[in-house]
Amino acid sequence: QKSSETIFSKLSKAVVGKSTVDEEVLDELEEILITSDVGVDTTIKIINRIEDRVARDKYVNTQELDKLLREEIINLLAENNTQDLLDFELPADKKPYVIMVVGVNGVGKTTTIGKLASLFKNAGKSVVLGAADTFRAAAVDQLILWGKRVDVPVVSHGMNTDPASVAFDAVKQAVDQKVDVVIIDTAGRLHTKVNLMNELGKIKRVMQKFIPDAPHEILLVLDGSTGQNAFIQAKEFSKVTEISALAVTKLDGTAKGGVVIGISDQMKIPVKYIGVGEKMTDLQLFNRKEFVDSLFKKK
Amino acid sequence: MFDNLSVKLDRAFKTLKGTGKITEINVASTAKEIRRALIDADVNYKVAKEVTDKIRNEALGRDVLISVSPGQLLVKITQEELTKLMGGTKVDINLTGDPAVVLISGLQGSGKTTFTGKLGAALKKQGRQVLLVACDIYRPAAIDQLKVLGEQIGVEVYAEPENKNALEIANNAIAYAKKSGKKTVIVDTAGRLAVDEQMMNEIEELKTALKPSETLFVVDSMTGQDAVNTAKTFDERLNFDGVVLTKLDGDTRGGAAISIRHVVNKPIKFISTGEKMENLDVFHPDRMAQRILGMGDVISLVERA
Ligand SMILES: Nc1nc2c(ncn2[C@@H]2O[C@H](COP(=O)(O)OP(=O)(O)OP(=O)(O)O)[C@@H](O)[C@H]2O)c(=O)[nH]1
Ligand SMILES: Nc1nc2c(ncn2[C@@H]2O[C@H](COP(=O)(O)OP(=O)(O)OP(=O)(O)O)[C@@H](O)[C@H]2O)c(=O)[nH]1
Ligand SMILES: [Mg+2]
Ligand SMILES: [Mg+2]
Repeated sequence: QKSSETIFSKLSKAVVGKSTVDEEVLDELEEILITSDVGVDTTIKIINRIEDRVARDKYVNTQELDKLLREEIINLLAENNTQDLLDFELPADKKPYVIMVVGVNGVGKTTTIGKLASLFKNAGKSVVLGAADTFRAAAVDQLILWGKRVDVPVVSHGMNTDPASVAFDAVKQAVDQKVDVVIIDTAGRLHTKVNLMNELGKIKRVMQKFIPDAPHEILLVLDGSTGQNAFIQAKEFSKVTEISALAVTKLDGTAKGGVVIGISDQMKIPVKYIGVGEKMTDLQLFNRKEFVDSLFKKK
Repeated sequence: MFDNLSVKLDRAFKTLKGTGKITEINVASTAKEIRRALIDADVNYKVAKEVTDKIRNEALGRDVLISVSPGQLLVKITQEELTKLMGGTKVDINLTGDPAVVLISGLQGSGKTTFTGKLGAALKKQGRQVLLVACDIYRPAAIDQLKVLGEQIGVEVYAEPENKNALEIANNAIAYAKKSGKKTVIVDTAGRLAVDEQMMNEIEELKTALKPSETLFVVDSMTGQDAVNTAKTFDERLNFDGVVLTKLDGDTRGGAAISIRHVVNKPIKFISTGEKMENLDVFHPDRMAQRILGMGDVISLVERA
């Protein structure tokens, strides 16, 4: 069983022997949220809302706290107009549908691409991958192996080649062969590295020579065990490219994923996928309710 | 997010300014802001609480000199406490044994393979005969990755691409090192989650069999609140000797460093500051303390006060 303490189990401990939601319970709640990486600002927001509810309803017993907290978290996720995706259908007028995957080093971009390719394929779509991480040692080999595993073609020019021209060729091949989806892998880059961040713009522009509105989706991958820096990553990547969706990975590690709550609250970018393991099948469409349920799961 | 911090501390320090003495009342709000700064830097909640309590008590016990404001004093105390927490002195890597074995462990994507290459390069520079061992049998192209790095730094890599038993590979590698006169063996392993029993068993077995003189835990400096639990579990299973903090070339405050040091009480031995093979540095507790607090901002603040 790959899970550690959930918000539910921490909450249960916090309210032992207490009948009403008082200052002390709220303090415990603050600790629970912060230790789940929700972030200070969002934590304060949630606490304030619960305080308001407690003030309004006068007497809120601790059994209701669980329900209350769930509601508030779902509300937060809803406010950011996250539309839960139901399947892998693609807009008909965008063929090929071009996805560019970006993020800092080691978050799980290449793995997420392998899993995505598999899911699209299972949904009956044809897929081509572009190995535009030409920098990290054996990054191209890694994507090619994923391509073999999932049985989709990978366009590559080898290591230390121009990433933009790999992306161009991948898109071109997709157009020529009437492929449904193109997914472009990019090298991990810290958002503080200006040159590398500008390179993303170049990759994008080159693809646009071929398909003017490409990429249709820029997916930012965040590591679910990252702390407050995840917020900065989301902010900084948004500054240089139009991030349209988030994938949060490694959520099999801990039952926290609180970073998802904080980011949904602070950024208006929907979480689209979550990674829950290293296998091909370990990628899920993000579903608000299921996500919140998993946070509160009884062990 | 961090921009708020300086504004908040500024306000908190204003309430201290002018009063020549640190009192229970005026220290409380500043302590709270410092705690928040620590949490924003990913210092574990409990550790942050402990630290700020300590800082408050320490501050109350001291008289404010005429030349320093209470705010300055608090900042100084905070920095001192954080530095102390992270261990004052540098601890070297232990390379005894023939061959000396270094075992690398950590979560997925933390920077183990890259660090394996970097350490290999650094030890080679010291004139050691080094062998890198590819024991990650899971991640696609993990072996190729280490081989590419080995080639870059001119260090041999031992691998058995067809073998699906990490322990066997490692044992064979040691035998090979003895035969070929390599005095130092660095074993790269697959990334694993602390909650993954099977994978934790694998690395525990590796440790037991190889008897490394140095077992290192590689951790991404951007890790959040859960860093302490992960470090604790790895330490319980491996009783590791030191920590490697990676990806410090970015803008993370790296508060996980404090929490890990505090919770498992093992020294941070290396910091990784980039993707290139030469981006490896020794750890300076005082600089790390400043970074976690965002002392750049804080010091300039106090100077303005
Ligand atoms: N447990 C777990 N591991 C994951 C998940 N996603 C990726 N990983 C692992 O994380 C490590 C890094 O994944 P990659 O896909 O190589 O990450 P990346 O972002 O492409 O890395 P760079 O290209 O080097 O920046 C690998 O060991 C993956 O197997 C996940 O959802 N859960
Ligand atoms: N910016 C930066 N990137 C780093 C640093 N150390 C490693 N990386 C990058 O982080 C990513 C992951 O590094 P790896 O060495 O593959 O990590 P790992 O722990 O071996 O990953 P797994 O084997 O999949 O668990 C790669 O893109 C590296 O280039 C560092 O100090 N700074
Ligand atoms: Mg990659
Ligand atoms: Mg590795």
